Amino acid sequence: MAGPTFETPKLLDDTATLPIPSVKPGAMQGVQSFIAGDKIQEQLGYPGELLPNWKERAIERMGELLQKYRGLQVFLDACVHCGACTDKCHYYLGTADPNNMPVARQELVRKVYRRYFTFAGKYFPKLVGAIDLTEEVLDQWYSYFYQCSECRRCSVYCPYGIDTAEITMAAREIMDSVGRGQKYSNEILGKLHRIGNNLGLPGPALEDTLAGLEEDILADTGVPVRLPIDQKGAEVLLVTPSADFFSEPHVESLIGYAKVFHAAGISWTLSSTASEAGNFGLFIGSYENMRKAALRIREAALELGVKRIVVGECGHAWRVAYSFWNTLIGVGAGAEDPFGKALQQQLDHRYKQPSHICEVTWDLIQKGAIKLDKSANDHRIVTFHDSCNVARASRMGDIPGGQFIIPREIIKASCNHFYDMAPETIYEGTFCCGGGGGLLTDDLMEVRVKGALPRMQALKQVVDDRKVNFMATICAICKAQFTKVLPYYGFPMSMVGGVHQLVSTAIQLGSNE
Amino acid sequence: MTTTTVFFAALFYVATAILVLGLARKIYQYAKTPAPLKIPTTPAPTTKAGVIMRMGREVVLFESLFKSNKWIWIFGWLFHVGLAVVLFRHLRYFQYPVWDIVSFEFVQAAGKYASFAMVAGLIGLWARRFLVDRVRYITTLSDHLILLLLIGIGLTGMGMTFVSHTDVVGLKIFMLGLMRFEINPLPEDPLLMAHLALVATLMIIFPISKLLHAPGVFFSPSRNQVDDPREHRHLAPWATELEK
Ligand code: SF4
Ligand code: SF4
Repeated sequence: MAGPTFETPKLLDDTATLPIPSVKPGAMQGVQSFIAGDKIQEQLGYPGELLPNWKERAIERMGELLQKYRGLQVFLDACVHCGACTDKCHYYLGTADPNNMPVARQELVRKVYRRYFTFAGKYFPKLVGAIDLTEEVLDQWYSYFYQCSECRRCSVYCPYGIDTAEITMAAREIMDSVGRGQKYSNEILGKLHRIGNNLGLPGPALEDTLAGLEEDILADTGVPVRLPIDQKGAEVLLVTPSADFFSEPHVESLIGYAKVFHAAGISWTLSSTASEAGNFGLFIGSYENMRKAALRIREAALELGVKRIVVGECGHAWRVAYSFWNTLIGVGAGAEDPFGKALQQQLDHRYKQPSHICEVTWDLIQKGAIKLDKSANDHRIVTFHDSCNVARASRMGDIPGGQFIIPREIIKASCNHFYDMAPETIYEGTFCCGGGGGLLTDDLMEVRVKGALPRMQALKQVVDDRKVNFMATICAICKAQFTKVLPYYGFPMSMVGGVHQLVSTAIQLGSNE
Repeated sequence: MTTTTVFFAALFYVATAILVLGLARKIYQYAKTPAPLKIPTTPAPTTKAGVIMRMGREVVLFESLFKSNKWIWIFGWLFHVGLAVVLFRHLRYFQYPVWDIVSFEFVQAAGKYASFAMVAGLIGLWARRFLVDRVRYITTLSDHLILLLLIGIGLTGMGMTFVSHTDVVGLKIFMLGLMRFEINPLPEDPLLMAHLALVATLMIIFPISKLLHAPGVFFSPSRNQVDDPREHRHLAPWATELEK
């Protein structure tokens, strides 16, 4: 089915940021992703289709979430409509649809919250802008809560830290629980529950792929670098986005991790039952589904007896691992329940649990355990795209901001030419790639292309001024999104790649066989 | 005892009760609702002391707002700081004896002139609601009315300070009386009565309006959490149930 056509926004010369557009109400109202069918919904424990009593159920679910999540309750009360966030969302900047301004996006839920849960909204709805939940509202929710990548940029700039991502997640959970789910996210999550990874790759297919990669590396370098799977007693369990096994350029980073472990002499393994780091339970705001998806990792770690758990290049996977794994499944320190304790005894607490692959590599570089030849990357002039979940919702190393410093240090250790994009477009102010949060589906191509606009504009500036020809990222979604979207803006899709792709090119494998 | 006096005395008791009980209820609700996941927003401090510093900068300097929009920051900060100084000066109407610091000439003068900053800030914030199309889009009727109310409070107060002085001694007797549950006559000055009525209205709507941002800011998990999820397990009571 050919989607509706749309115009790719134009980039300007000599600027890193575009002017803020004037509001165009309704510009993106009709743009929706496919709705999940009954099979997809039921796998996740949701109704197969829109319930006959969906309104009552939705209000009831909202009430439950308000009691479970302090953030939601505070965020729905505290907004003063100051407008500070209105120009912070890349989807607003790219589409000019006012409902893509974070505060207006929140209002879609807040108006309903006020109506059913506040005194002012119950008795003076007109005065405070409270409305009944109707089919039209549900439709708006479905449009605009799947035009938010949950990137949290708005949260950085709000005086109260109001996090639209939390409201988006709540809205999606409410929609799911009345039977209105999104096909893309929910199908992927179902595959993860059923088969073990987002791509639905069974164990044998995975083994084949890994064997093929080993051959490629041997042919390329003459060194027998292994990509082991289900190896009991390995020191490290690597959990990475499944895109790393099949997609370009992701697989180049997988090769990079393998080379790092090889060069440092660290035994490691993948797991056929926990081959996926991505956790779409986050995107739909479902604690239970997120926990269920994470449990595989705890089981695999216990089963394989590993001492360390390391996460590959994936933004939201790292957020879930860093911020939530300890809560969900006890990977980290300080757990007191029996499961957590068993895991704690097994893991080696001289290392951060879990670790990001960048933390591992940076540590090895500093210790001199791996050597890099920067000149091997001389054909590349590199910039770095901070992925939103890593940048604004996680950390690396010991100091605040380690998630910005460590990947950049690895890049600088791997190549001679590195230039950052404009300061207001990186670090915690980074723009999302436009495809995160469950939007990486072709039905939302218009949202993705337009949402990428702010990043593309900043990229254009370093391409023009510094001749940048490679944008490194540490997120599977960023990589997939950019390879698709770069050509719309006249950039080659091969421009995007992983940080460990650079490491892979520069690393000196030596002969510690 | 005139009807006006009785009316205002009753109004202030009701308004105070609504303000205090309403806020207490909300604070209790925020405090007892669990925050099941660690969601601090970068740049997140890794220690408790760091969180207190961060919160302090947010509350006193509006740090995040400064990063996001200088105009809103200037007007918002002028208004809030102006209001704080003005309120501090007002303490002398409720105290006997008055704290030295409140009675200082300087504090009293600053309190008078801060009202200009307060009103200027409010007018700036209001102007944005008409002039910036994005802000116009998100503005509700209640946003206008709250600004109008605050400006009304500021202007009536300034009127009594700079134009037609009210009977401050009489007012103080009335206020101190209320605090001891005695009703003393309220000076019958229209400007004063308007000022007090507007203030009481503000107190009444506080716990049911967006003014809840005042307690809310302290409970925002994206700002008040320590960034240490790998070091400490963070489990909400309802989530602990799932472990069983
Ligand atoms: S979380 Fe990101 S995508 Fe969603 S509203 Fe905020 S800035 Fe926009
Ligand atoms: S910055 Fe925060 S308080 Fe201001 S409008 Fe946006 S969400 Fe509301």
